[in-house]
Parts: sequence; C-alpha cells; structure tokens
Amino acid sequence: MGDPDSSLRSIEEIDPTLPDAAPFLELVSISKTYPGVVALRDVGLFVAPGEVIGLIGENGAGKSTLMRVLGGVVAPTKGMIRIDGAESASLTVNEATAAGIAFVHQELNLFDNLDVAANVFIGREPLWGGPLKLVDRKAMYGRVRPLLDRLDVDFRPETPVSELSIAQQQLLEIAKALSFDARLVIMDEPTSSLTLTETSRLLEVVAALKTSGVSVIFISHRLNEIEQCADRVVVLRDGCTVGALDRRQIHHDAMIRLMIGRDLKSLYAPPAAPPGSTMLDIEAMRTSTYPADPVSLSVRKGEILGLAGLIGSGRTELARAVFGIDHPRAGAIRLEGQPIVVGSPRDAIDRGIYLIPEDRKRSGLLLDVSITENISLPDLASYSHATLVQESAETANAELQRRRLRIKVPDVGDQVSTLSGGNQQKVVLAKWLSMRPRVIIFDEPTRGVDVGSKSEIYEIMRELADAGVAILMISSDMEEVIGVSDRIAVMREGRISGFLDRGDFSEHNVLKLAVGSTIN
Amino acid sequence: MLKKDLGLFILILVVAAVVAFLNPRFLSQINISNTANQVGLFGIFSIGEGFVIITGGIDLSVGSQFALLGVLFIDLLVTYQVHWAIAVLLMVAGGMILGSIHGFLVTRMRMQPFVVTLCGLLIYRGVARYITGDGNAGFAFGETYPWLDWLTKAKFFGVVPHTFIAFALVAIVMGIVLHRTVFGRYLFAVGKNEEAARYSGINTRRVIAAAYIICGALTGLASVFMTMYVNGVTPSVHGNFYELYGIAAAVLGGCSLRGGEGSVLGIVLGSILLQLLQNLVNLLGIPSSLNFAVMGGVILVGVLGDQQLVRYRGWATARRAAARLEEAAPSAAVKQSA
Repeated sequence: MGDPDSSLRSIEEIDPTLPDAAPFLELVSISKTYPGVVALRDVGLFVAPGEVIGLIGENGAGKSTLMRVLGGVVAPTKGMIRIDGAESASLTVNEATAAGIAFVHQELNLFDNLDVAANVFIGREPLWGGPLKLVDRKAMYGRVRPLLDRLDVDFRPETPVSELSIAQQQLLEIAKALSFDARLVIMDEPTSSLTLTETSRLLEVVAALKTSGVSVIFISHRLNEIEQCADRVVVLRDGCTVGALDRRQIHHDAMIRLMIGRDLKSLYAPPAAPPGSTMLDIEAMRTSTYPADPVSLSVRKGEILGLAGLIGSGRTELARAVFGIDHPRAGAIRLEGQPIVVGSPRDAIDRGIYLIPEDRKRSGLLLDVSITENISLPDLASYSHATLVQESAETANAELQRRRLRIKVPDVGDQVSTLSGGNQQKVVLAKWLSMRPRVIIFDEPTRGVDVGSKSEIYEIMRELADAGVAILMISSDMEEVIGVSDRIAVMREGRISGFLDRGDFSEHNVLKLAVGSTIN
Repeated sequence: MLKKDLGLFILILVVAAVVAFLNPRFLSQINISNTANQVGLFGIFSIGEGFVIITGGIDLSVGSQFALLGVLFIDLLVTYQVHWAIAVLLMVAGGMILGSIHGFLVTRMRMQPFVVTLCGLLIYRGVARYITGDGNAGFAFGETYPWLDWLTKAKFFGVVPHTFIAFALVAIVMGIVLHRTVFGRYLFAVGKNEEAARYSGINTRRVIAAAYIICGALTGLASVFMTMYVNGVTPSVHGNFYELYGIAAAVLGGCSLRGGEGSVLGIVLGSILLQLLQNLVNLLGIPSSLNFAVMGGVILVGVLGDQQLVRYRGWATARRAAARLEEAAPSAAVKQSA
C-alpha cells in the first residue's frame, strides 16, 4: 500500500517511541479470515498504559473484528497477542476481562429495568446468606459509589437505568468497565448519539481515565473528536493497517486521506444559485412534547436549512409532526403558500414532503426485504396496474437508483440487511428520490455512515437543493451542520432560539444558542 | 419461499407414498375424496389465520366462532326460516364483524392479539352454549335444504368434494391478494416492521384490521361448511381447538409467528399435510388417541428441519457473496500477498 505521499508515513517508518511506558498489550501481525473474506491481514497494534488511541477506518475496514479479537470473542487465524509479556495465540472472553480489557459498546447493553448498581454488578453480585445466595445490596451500592464519584457523574447507584439519558448510560458503561479494574477501555462510536455538551463531557472522562493510567481505544467516525483526545491514531483500511499518526500529525485531512486512500473532494459543495421562494412554512407548531412552545420556521426552494440543538430539544418531534407521524397540538403548515393538513405520513408523502428518519433500521427500512421492494414501498401504486404490482417496473427503478446513488450491491434483489450503513442510508434516500420530492427532512442523515458515503450523501443533498427541493437537515454533528447548511436554525427546549446565516456560522455561535448561555 | 414450499410438497409425497405402501386403501377413491373434503374444511380458515399471522398477530377464537356462528346459522334457517343464501352471506358478514372487533381492539386500543382473541375464544363459546341452553342446535327432522346440501356436501362428478373446490378457489383468490397486490405487499411490510411501514406512508392500522376481517370472513364461510358437514352443532365441542389446526397449517407452511413471512401455497400444503397425518393415523391402525401426538411430532420435526436448512442456506449465500466480492475486487490484502 505504498501511497506515494510524502506527508504520510507507513507504520514501519514511525518509530514507536512512547511517552513514558512500554506497551502492556501488543497484537502482532494478527490475521483473521472468514470463508472467502480476509477481515484482517497482518494487523499490529500496541497499547501503552495511559494512552488514548484513536482507531479509525471506513465501515468494513476491520475495526470491529480487531476489537473482537481483543475482547476474546473472535480467535485470530494467525498472529500473536502479548499481554504483560505473556504470549498467546488467542484470548477467551474471561482472559480478556482478567487482563483488564473492557468494552463500552455502541449499542448499550444495559438492563433498563434495573438500577445503576445492579447493572454494574450484573452476574457477579456480592452475596451473603451462604447457600441462599442473597444479594448483598449494601455492599453493592457501597462499592459502586466510589466508581461513580471517580467519573463525577450526576446520577446515583440507586437511580433506575430507565431514567438515565443515553449519555449517562454511556458513563454507567464506563463505570462498569472500571469496576473490572480495567486497564484498557475500548469505546466503539461512543458519541454517535450524544449531544455536543455530552460529547465534551465524555472527552473529559477519557482524559481523566488517561491521567489515572487507564488506556483507551476510541473508535469514531467523528474526526474532530479524535483530534481532541487521541495520542496516536491507527488507521485501518480493507483489513490492513495503512498508517499511524502520532500526536503532532493528527489532523483531519491526513486522517481522511489514510482512511479512503485518496483525497476527498471537498466534502461540502456550495449552492449553485441563491435559494428561491419559500417552499415550506411551519407556523406556530406545538408538539405534544413541548405543548407550550410554538415553533415557526420556513425553508426556501434550493435551501438546506440545518436544524441544530441538543438531543431532546424538540427537533425530531417537529419533524415527526410535519411528516404526520405525530399529531401536533396546534400549528399550520403551508407548502408553496398553500395551507395543507397533514394527518398521516400518507398526506405528507402525497404532497412531496418526505422524512429520512434518524433510526433507519427501526423506521426507515424493512431489513430482511430486498432493496427493490424497500425502494418501491411508499409509491407502490405507481408500480401497479389494477392494484397488481408490476415487478419489472419496480426492478427497473431500483436499478436506476442503484446506479444514480452508487449503492454498492451486486443485485437489487439482495436484502437490505447485507448492506453497510452508508449503503442502507442510500436505499432510504432512493425511496424518496424515486418520487417527486418538494421537501425532504433529513434526521441525522449520516449517523453510523462511513466517510466515503457521507460525502456522497452530502453531494446528493446539494444536488437535490440545486434542483429546487427544500431541505431541512436535523443534525447533532457540528461539522455537518456548519459544513452542509446554507442557514442554521437552533432549537433549545422546544423553541427556536435563533437563526444563523452563513457568515455567522461557528461552533461557538451554534453552541451558544443550543445551550442558551448568555456569554457577553 | 419457493424452495420451502417445494420441501413441504416433497414431504407430503413421501408421507403419502409410505402410507400407500403400508395400506393400499389409502389410494382408494373414497379415501382420497374424504381426505380432500377434510382438507377443504380445514384449509379455508387456515388461510385466514395465515393472513393474521403474517401481520405478527394471531387469532385464537376461530374454533369458538364456529360454535357461535354455527348455532346462529341453524337458528336463522330453522327458527327464522331465512333463505339459505342470505343466511350464508350473514355468516360471512358475522365473521367479518367479529374480525373487525378484533382488529379494532388490536389496532386502536393497542391490545395484544393473543389476549383479544383468547377472550374471544372464551366469550363466543360461552355465548353459543348459552343460546342453546348447553344443548344441541340441529335441523328439524325431515327438513332439507337441497341447494345448500348440494353446495356444501356434493362432489363434482361424484369425485371432487365441493369443499375442496371452494378451498381451491379461496386459495387462488387469496394467493393473488397476498402475493400480487399492493395490499399483500403492505401486509408483509407491516408484519416485518410496522414502524418502517408507517414511515413509508402505509396506513398500518387499516392493513392489520383488514387481516382480522379477512380471517373472520373466511371463518364465517368455513363455519357454513362445518355446520353442514356435522349436520348440527353441539356448542360445547363444535370446533374445539380448530384454531390450532389453522395455526399449525400456517406455521408448517412457512409463516413465522413473528410476522412478515408466509405464503398461501405454503398454507395450502400445510393444510394438506395435516389432514394426511390424520388419515395416516386412521389407516395405519395407530390408536386415535395418538392423533395429536403424531401431528405435534411432525410439525416439530418439520419446522426444526426447515430452520436448520434456512440457516445452512444463509451461511452458503454469505459464502458465495463473499467469493463474488473477492472476484470482482480482490481486497488490498490479497493483492499484497500476490
């Protein structure tokens, strides 16, 4: 993989001199092959105490497999694992735990019917009463409290998990990891559903772990987070280590270049023309989550309006109300000046108002159904004569969309579940692009999507806008909001706290409106 | 889907061949004709049950509906002297009304289908027994309904029972509805992922309710055939457990109780296999007390075997897909080693 770019150095050239300590954990030329697939090839990785490693790579690059090897879930086909000098060919889950390797998963594995302490000690509760095996609740709460103190969290051992926010649950997972005396905490996309403030809180926790000598492997698609917290970045592509960057070399462009193996065209294209007349008007809409807060905003033809704000600020509720999923308490919608009534998603769809939901697996797709059938689902009437579905027409359209959106799949008859996150999102897009969009609401359009597909999705959004579609983009990804939007509306606790024009875009300004701090 | 149905078809042929070998009477015209009649009786409502199962629901009240509708049917004919054709239509309508009540409770009141139809199972049978004073509902001696008798009990050219023909017609119509129409697509979509279906603009509540109403209509139709076949109704036993035949046929035919899967052909084959097993018990001199045990055993083995096959096929496809990918674009890793 000799990339003839002088600013990049392959891993062999980098002298692995480490700040203070020698690595306690080393993976040496790990390979893992599945029948017909090489998931990892000669991957090496070392971790020193108190080191934060950013692990990046596009989806399918082998990050998860590598972490599964570390966790003892997957045995490598070849290679060696050295922990504190002891060599072995593979780990079991118990060995990994004993070695102090702990995971904070992307999908949280918590029991929300139990409280915090019970979750930390699930399966290894302190007992009393001899053969009766009763749970020693006092000891359990007593032992959890110092862990929570160490992370400086704002919930207690007795708090039911169902009352915790996603961010708090993440911190609970970290507390759980610490309860195993973890020396290495692996965080897989920990910030993908966190707000900005929660993210910076998490990064503080990472820094605190580091000072107390705990190492962290931080996997994320959000490169600015990696920039902020990593001491060293390891980049995987196609199952190989394609490079490593030390503290001084870590910056955005270098990481992207290594991840995709080429320079990315500028991620964000500017609009071709100034926006046209108003397409969508939302007037004094009050959702049932925030019944006292009327929201008004309008999106013009050809405009991408970014809707920023913290999670829970009422953005998704607004989108659901406009799309007819929820019934708003009050408010009016006008489309090109005409008042319309949206009582169901069907009403919205018939008028060309489409929603790309934030959770595509739950709300966007039928996972074990073919790509073709997913694409035609909202518009089946157009593919049928006398209510009988014409499969050839469906397939023809699916083929068209596959080429247009560059959905990477051998056959449009394949199930959606076989696709990567980015390609799945393209299928959701294809549903709406097969019809006649006037307004498209994107709710977190690139969550869990790799960098390559991300830029393609941005391109499509811009193309749509240039073709006169009004786009409302809800996003918690600051880079995305600032990069993609033509104008930003910020929501706070159910209200619009302000609008920003291109000239005023900055993280600071968005954040100020989102959290409502009145600095200056 | 097709492979699944083919597997079931082969299983039917094998069982039939074994039974025919052990007892040649199996192939006699009278036996085949009788078995076909049973298949028709049980198959019609099994298709309705299958529709409900595809939405991820279940209808446990079918057997009790037979008792209630049967009692009402005889009452209409005997007590109220209603024309038989109108009575038949009223039975279908009655089933649809019960179905729409189930659909309303499931979709609007957000009750679980199991609970709703379990209550239906108890209520309908109780009401039927009350109406007859826990006795029998039967036709008056000597009173005949020649047209109705011909429709429900006669055999086409003296060979093919009309119940079977009715079943075949229902299967063809419902097959087209399920596998070719927009509504059928919606039914599968709702069963796979109700929320995603809603986000695609499908009126999911209407689709689910429609499945219960269709099930009710087919149950109403089947209740006419049932009543005529038994020539009377004893509400305490009439149709007991029959919903389980419907569920078993649907599951054997590839419907998943999680919803979103199934085919009419599969349900048809499932109904045939169930009746074949009944016939097997009779013809091979197996104690009839073992009837259910044989059926349960075959369903268990059948579904288990099918799932193992699906798992194997999934693994094989994944392998082929991987090989195909490698061919198209050998991964960097492979290139490096070359």
